[in-house]
Amino acid sequence: MHNFDYHRPTSLADAAKRLSGEAKLVAGGMTLIPTLKQRLAQPSSLVDLGGIAELRGIKPEGGGLTIGAMTTHAEVAHSAEVKKTIPALAVLAEGIGDPQVRNRGTIGGSISNNDPAADYPAGLVALGATVITDKRRIAADDFFKGMFETALQDGEIVTAVSFPRPDKAAYMKFPNPASRYAMVGVFVARTGGGIRVAVTGAGPGVFRATEMEKALAGNFSADAIKSVKIPAAGLNSDMHGSAEYRAHLVNVMARRAVTACS
Amino acid sequence: MADSGIGARALRKEDHRFLTGQGHYTDDINVHGQLYAYFLRSPHAHAAIRKVDTGAASKSTGVVAVFTGADVAADKIGGLICGWTVTDRHGKPHKAPPHPILAHEKVRYVGDHVAVVIADTLTNAKDAAEKIEVDYDVLPAVVDVAKAMDAKAPQLHADTPQNLCYDWLLGDPAQVDAALAKSHHVAKLDLVNNRLIPNAMEPRAAIGEYDGGTDSYTCHSTSQNPHVLRLILCAFILGIPEHRVRVIAPDVGGGFGSKIFCYAEEVVCLWAAKKVRRPVKWTAERSESFLSDAHGRDHVTHVELGMDKDGKFTAMKVETLAAMGAYLSTFATCVPTYLYATLLAGQYTTPIISANVKAVFTNTAPVDAYRGAGRPEATYVVERIVEVAAREMKMDPAEIRRRNFVKPDQFPYQTPVALQYDSGNYAKALDDAMKLADYAGFASRKAEAAKRGKHRGIGFSAYIEACGIAPSAVVGSLGAGVGLWESAQIRFNPTGTAQVLTGSHSHGQGHETTLAQVVGDMLGLPIENITVVHGDTSQVPFGMGTYGSRSLAVGGSAAAKAADKIIAKGKKIAAHLLEASVDDITYAKGTFRVAGTDKTKSIGEIAFAAYVPHNYPKDLEPGLDETAFYDPANFTYPAGVHICEVEIDPDTGVTKIVNWAAVDDFGKVVNPMVVEGQVHGGIAQGIGQGLLEGCVYDKETGQLLTGSFMDYCMPRADDLPSFKVGMIETPCPHNPLGVKGCGEAGAIAAPPALVNAVTDALGIRHMEMPLTSERVWRTIHKMAAE
Repeated sequence: MHNFDYHRPTSLADAAKRLSGEAKLVAGGMTLIPTLKQRLAQPSSLVDLGGIAELRGIKPEGGGLTIGAMTTHAEVAHSAEVKKTIPALAVLAEGIGDPQVRNRGTIGGSISNNDPAADYPAGLVALGATVITDKRRIAADDFFKGMFETALQDGEIVTAVSFPRPDKAAYMKFPNPASRYAMVGVFVARTGGGIRVAVTGAGPGVFRATEMEKALAGNFSADAIKSVKIPAAGLNSDMHGSAEYRAHLVNVMARRAVTACS
Repeated sequence: MADSGIGARALRKEDHRFLTGQGHYTDDINVHGQLYAYFLRSPHAHAAIRKVDTGAASKSTGVVAVFTGADVAADKIGGLICGWTVTDRHGKPHKAPPHPILAHEKVRYVGDHVAVVIADTLTNAKDAAEKIEVDYDVLPAVVDVAKAMDAKAPQLHADTPQNLCYDWLLGDPAQVDAALAKSHHVAKLDLVNNRLIPNAMEPRAAIGEYDGGTDSYTCHSTSQNPHVLRLILCAFILGIPEHRVRVIAPDVGGGFGSKIFCYAEEVVCLWAAKKVRRPVKWTAERSESFLSDAHGRDHVTHVELGMDKDGKFTAMKVETLAAMGAYLSTFATCVPTYLYATLLAGQYTTPIISANVKAVFTNTAPVDAYRGAGRPEATYVVERIVEVAAREMKMDPAEIRRRNFVKPDQFPYQTPVALQYDSGNYAKALDDAMKLADYAGFASRKAEAAKRGKHRGIGFSAYIEACGIAPSAVVGSLGAGVGLWESAQIRFNPTGTAQVLTGSHSHGQGHETTLAQVVGDMLGLPIENITVVHGDTSQVPFGMGTYGSRSLAVGGSAAAKAADKIIAKGKKIAAHLLEASVDDITYAKGTFRVAGTDKTKSIGEIAFAAYVPHNYPKDLEPGLDETAFYDPANFTYPAGVHICEVEIDPDTGVTKIVNWAAVDDFGKVVNPMVVEGQVHGGIAQGIGQGLLEGCVYDKETGQLLTGSFMDYCMPRADDLPSFKVGMIETPCPHNPLGVKGCGEAGAIAAPPALVNAVTDALGIRHMEMPLTSERVWRTIHKMAAE
């Protein structure tokens, strides 16, 4: 790890001020710290969001939930509020990494990093969540921009994520056997606004399986999507799973998620 | 006594310090004034080094020295050695190309050591390493063992045409061919034994210290065999007299073979410590472990098994290509020969067997012994071809095995592949395992699974292995550079407690408990009153270390011999104190007695008398301290049957192991809890090989693609079923404890049981390990390989 300056501000305003030059925000640090240790990043300073109390916590709001950016995966997984309002989100959080990761990693950090194999992007997109930053509100559909890219501008800080309550939702993940990241993860949500199917792990970034959404709108059952093929072209391919296999698994996981919804 | 003697499930004495974070591992040790070494490693699989410019690095903050292969050559430091000479089929010794501790003129695998930076902090050493400029001329690389001998393959070393290290033969292939030609049926199979990366929990580490006042050295190292390491460091590489070097292998967190060997890093730390006149410390990062620990397995094999119309085996022929990696590691050559081909008889009476093994160099990390070392590869060949034979003969897989077993009344049994099996009861293990696995109920479980849309399969593995390594004269005649006896010393204290010093080394196996149980049982001491000391060449008599499941069978036998000497001396002291003749003294459970009387002395009283000899035999030395060396008469032959049952989800290709029954024969068991732990760990490692683990190098660039836990898939608790473990006991007839080694059995037995189960579930002949979900899915849906 190269040397860097370290700041732990106690307010958002102070944090924003510190974000100049090659400064980097650190939330849980689950990706950034290993990157620093491998000398693959060389920030001039780290601005640790851990000291800002307002970024933490889970609040019921407008029938849904607002989860502070610095809320850990373990807090989401064990929250009675989340289990009551969006149990599928608690299941998703419980399946991230291992206990150490779940107790350090945060929802804000995960979505800002937008790892193509991360779990949260599928949850946000399928649930039609809104990402709240210190500057604006961004619909999840507009927030994730492809591999490790988001709509966040330089110096913009995610403060919370707002989730509407779905009628039914379920997340099914096929983990990479080594890393336990999602090789394919499918989040299906049935909401007042329609049915949304979001896929993570399979492609360069989270995407909606719109053909499946259409089929499910007419008949919300696993059988309705059995013949809906996801094209393998453009999907990820590595030693753990070819694009063809991932495309197949999207269908299997989607059917399982639909079954879990009903 | 009952709770800590031989046979007791005594809790491990060492666990208190491990579980409370008070262990002392090499990286926990910090020496005053120490510097840190960081190795610059080759980013290329194969390249000529045109130039190494260390100018800027040498001037970097905190840097004390930067050394390269040129400095090593200038100091005339010897290269790493291979300690076992294999004689090829033409009577010539294997090719042993130079293996410098820092690469000179050429690099031959990704991770090869190019330079070392020694600095006041690790960060400064790394910063400086980034400033070293190396001018490489990148060469084509070959990483695939099956391609290493191709005409187009690049040659790694001078004088090794076709990258051939040796072409070795056991048995007579012409005779075997004739027998196969006459057989009723010949089963044939091509298979790969996948390459593995060991991944001990504790990465390798070393600290080199030089004391100018006495011109002596200390080397802390994560070694499985500190005396052997000292011998190699002194006599073969650095040219330092052995009495001036102390090697300490303190608590070591797992080895699985990978810490047997003498590696470049520890040599460099010791050499550099004298050059810079300060201690030099190095601890591998996990990514360095992946790149540079000696890997395991990596065989490609063709096997043919002949049988008569009743399924009795008539002959077996094996042809194997075995990877050595880029250079020969310490014992690389013996693994695919004497530890492999000699096990090809398995538990069966196959009358003639031939094995041809070609060992080849590839642009990969060196390959050497890894848990089981040769025996897992042999067992995989035997138990896969036997399974294929059973299916082709339409025989029950248990029945074909039973029909060919060596029978209990045939021991000692001379196999056609050099070994003489000493004892066993293979049919009993099979019967017990079939009961434990509820083989009779399998058909209904399979039918029930089919109703749920799942494919269920069952697979057997009737393994045998040769361990308790090894009779010195035998291994000497086969090319070993050392004898493989073991030492032990029992030192009583005046107050009746004792130290047991062993030349074996515990790196997780629980020797501090098991050896205390052996000695405690013999000398009538509770294990709390015994300390087992190991891992320090300045404390322990010369010993050969731990590998090949040898510590109890060989090291424990040495301890038992030392205990016998203590008892013999104790009898003389007791006879004097009790005013009786030595011949009239009996001994049992810590008490010396004048036969037929109530006149006794406890071993504590004897120890006190020996150290405070106010009333003592005139012709006897004081003290109660005995050393013994034990050289085994034969290997020990643990054997058993493992049965694996799997259920496969055809939608995803995921294999779930739903049942695992293991019945093993380890002879006399000293601590059943420790032995079960070894069996569990071994099976987990075998399942890792079968289902999850596989080292992958990029075929073009030679880059290690499985270079971290993100891609190299280690088995985890939730990948494993709850094992059903049973044991039978046929005591080893030739060691004083009647014990057989247990440390590697699970890793040897497991892979074929798993592959046999999966191929049974899918109704296919063969599938290569690891049985990843995509491979299984493609097989089910008859799609081309990925």
